[in-house]
Amino acid sequence: MNSLVPAFNFHDVFVLPWTTGFSSTVWIVLMGFLVAVACGLVGNYLMLRRMALVGDAISHSVLPGLAIAFLLSNSRSSTAMFVGALAAGIVTTIIIETIHKKTRVKQDAAIGIAFTSLFAIGVVLISMYASKIDLDQECVLYGEIGFVSLEPSVQLAGATLGPMPVVRMGIVAILTVLLIVLFYKELLVSSFDPALAFSLGINATLVHYALMCWLSVVVVSAFESVGAILVVAMLILPGATASMLSQRLPVVLSLTVIHAALSSVLGVHLGTWLNCSLAGAMVVAGAGLFCVAWIFSPSQGLLQRFWHRQKQPEVQFSEAA
Amino acid sequence: VNTLCQIAANLAGASQRDVPAKYAFSGRLLTMVLIAAGMLFAMDARAERISDISQTSIGEQAIRFFTFQDPTVRYALIGSILLGITCGLLGSFIVVRKMALVGDALSHAVLPGVALGFLWHTSKDPVAIFIGATIAGLAGAIAVGVIKQTTRLKEDTALGMVLATFFAVGICLVTMIQRLPTGNKSGLDKFLFGQAAAMGPDDIRLMAIVAGLTIVAVFLFYKEFLVTSFDEGFARATGFPTRLIHYSLMLLVAFAVVISLQAVGVVLVSAMLITPAAAAYLLTDRMNRMLLLAAFFGMAAGASGAFLSFLGPNLPTGPLMVLGATLVFGVAFLFGPRHGVVTRWWRQHSRSQRVQRENTLKSIYHVLESRNFQGEGVSLVELAERRRESIEEARQQAKSLCTHRLATLHDDGNMIFLTPEGWQLACAIVRNHRLWELYLTNAASIAADHVHEDAEKIEHVLGEDVVRELERRLDYATTDPHGKSIPGLSEIRKGASGRGKPDEVVGYGGQL
Repeated sequence: MNSLVPAFNFHDVFVLPWTTGFSSTVWIVLMGFLVAVACGLVGNYLMLRRMALVGDAISHSVLPGLAIAFLLSNSRSSTAMFVGALAAGIVTTIIIETIHKKTRVKQDAAIGIAFTSLFAIGVVLISMYASKIDLDQECVLYGEIGFVSLEPSVQLAGATLGPMPVVRMGIVAILTVLLIVLFYKELLVSSFDPALAFSLGINATLVHYALMCWLSVVVVSAFESVGAILVVAMLILPGATASMLSQRLPVVLSLTVIHAALSSVLGVHLGTWLNCSLAGAMVVAGAGLFCVAWIFSPSQGLLQRFWHRQKQPEVQFSEAA
Repeated sequence: VNTLCQIAANLAGASQRDVPAKYAFSGRLLTMVLIAAGMLFAMDARAERISDISQTSIGEQAIRFFTFQDPTVRYALIGSILLGITCGLLGSFIVVRKMALVGDALSHAVLPGVALGFLWHTSKDPVAIFIGATIAGLAGAIAVGVIKQTTRLKEDTALGMVLATFFAVGICLVTMIQRLPTGNKSGLDKFLFGQAAAMGPDDIRLMAIVAGLTIVAVFLFYKEFLVTSFDEGFARATGFPTRLIHYSLMLLVAFAVVISLQAVGVVLVSAMLITPAAAAYLLTDRMNRMLLLAAFFGMAAGASGAFLSFLGPNLPTGPLMVLGATLVFGVAFLFGPRHGVVTRWWRQHSRSQRVQRENTLKSIYHVLESRNFQGEGVSLVELAERRRESIEEARQQAKSLCTHRLATLHDDGNMIFLTPEGWQLACAIVRNHRLWELYLTNAASIAADHVHEDAEKIEHVLGEDVVRELERRLDYATTDPHGKSIPGLSEIRKGASGRGKPDEVVGYGGQL
């Protein structure tokens, strides 16, 4: 057991990453932050629409899209990957809707069937054409954010911007923020009250599919660094933590960003200490933050509930009666 | 293994004892424990370790598979079949309880348990992994329940969060174990995507025990599971311990997930729970049939996945099994006798064709009636005018009648003559229509000018019994509210006896 959990050394865990390992740490933290921001912001809307698990489904079913894009284009170009992921995301959404609407199978089972089948196709394709597809099964599951700084850098107008994945993720994150700002009203209304959205002339179906498309884009750009399943955590955890603390959507969205930053930094330290998968550690850190919010939230935390119950025992009595 | 199972059974027994003894749980539980114990003694499968799969051609591999000489093949096949049955049975309850994604969450949540169980002996000890994974899976199920109860977060959010968090913990543990200097680390990564060929006799034994346990539990507690699945409020009101049943089901699902890990992998276990059961759900409305079908589909999917992955050198078993199950679901989705998309489309299509034919026959009857049944046939022009259609459309209708032997075409296809069957059907439809109109005006006091639309729809679906009943209630009336005569049984039987030439059976076919 002692060899499993290394001794905690403050200097090694908190100081070294920011001194000797600065150049790699900063990119890893930035990448984690960007992934969590982009995913978390989109995830907020998924949760409002009770589609958190559709996010799960799409993050899995992006895989066959990527595999087929690799096979067809024979390259690792970003365009092919984005097209493949978009197609896969739309196909997933359509399959779920078709199964759900055409049969009596409920939506949850439809989600379960759709994404497992697509994911299975992806895994089979990857293992059949292992030599041609530059994706390995474990990377698919938990990504490798640790090597992000080793990727070739992007040069723009003479200035070195940073490693390719970070720049790409940065663009996606900025676009996500922009899209949310531009279509704030449409997203808000159609998420909370589809009937009102309809009467205001907002095409809810279009918003739905647009959200799914953007989700696929975010997922595919996050995929490489955190893998299929941890993307789900990045989608849900920031928003869930934020919604423990506030009920106002603008506040929730800002808290999401803060959660993303904190979980990214804490995750790097946790991962450095335990010497484990950094993406996994970021998610664990994010989950830890959720637990803190869950316990200490001033409006609906466990402590507050407990305190409330202690103060007003008659409420419980009347409930029991 | 023995002790583990006994402990599980005893635990279940202990918790059952707290329940008011309304339902003779204890008797059935005792049976279950006895059967489980009996199985443990009966299971004495010993065999040598798995031989490595050498790379040969597909044909040779297929022959090797079907001769069942190789213990690897036997283990893989038996294991896949066992897990297919277990997952199919439990999946049925999960699907009807709308908890399909709980299975997904549970299967991801077991990963830290697998890693810890692995760590215990720093080797692949099935029992340690089994215990660790079951505990982790249950912890996940409980965490979902607690989050749902104490926060405002919706169930899907809670599920997704638990799933991903537990998985992340598992990933951290796995990566930590992989850099440990000691111990045999091989095999841990196989838990992610599954490799049926890596199963040994110990795994098979565990799977057989869980499968047996599941079958016995479903058989003995069928009523409890059924009632709580379909009507939880009723179940609670009649005194079933619903929460206990819920968590026992979760425990069984956790068992099923854990035994499937080796063959299917963490990521895709939920498919083995959901897909065969959903396919069965599309095919039947009875729970007992659904259970049997789901178990059969699970078995078929498991066996086919094991076979296919055996053919190639580097094919993971789990995804292939899942694709097998998806294939079954796809077939049920498209061609299921009652709910299939294609069959339903076909049924709707043929029904609308029939309605159209009947409407055409009715129009022909109206044309004949309007000239007081003078003349034998009806021209296409008359029909088209009556139906306010083009000649071409009328021709199509007439042809469709001909292919169903309801009419014959003459004079270059311009005159339609009804066959005896066509005449009968036309009379029956008009009769249905007018009887219903009369019934609505008489019995439901609807104005005579409002009844046509309704009768227009119902005339196609009135059965023989209903028509007889209508006749009786309407006192065998012969005139409808619009003053037209209702074709009587004699017309239907004989033809145009109402035309004033009662003895002659003419008018419906043209005696050419």
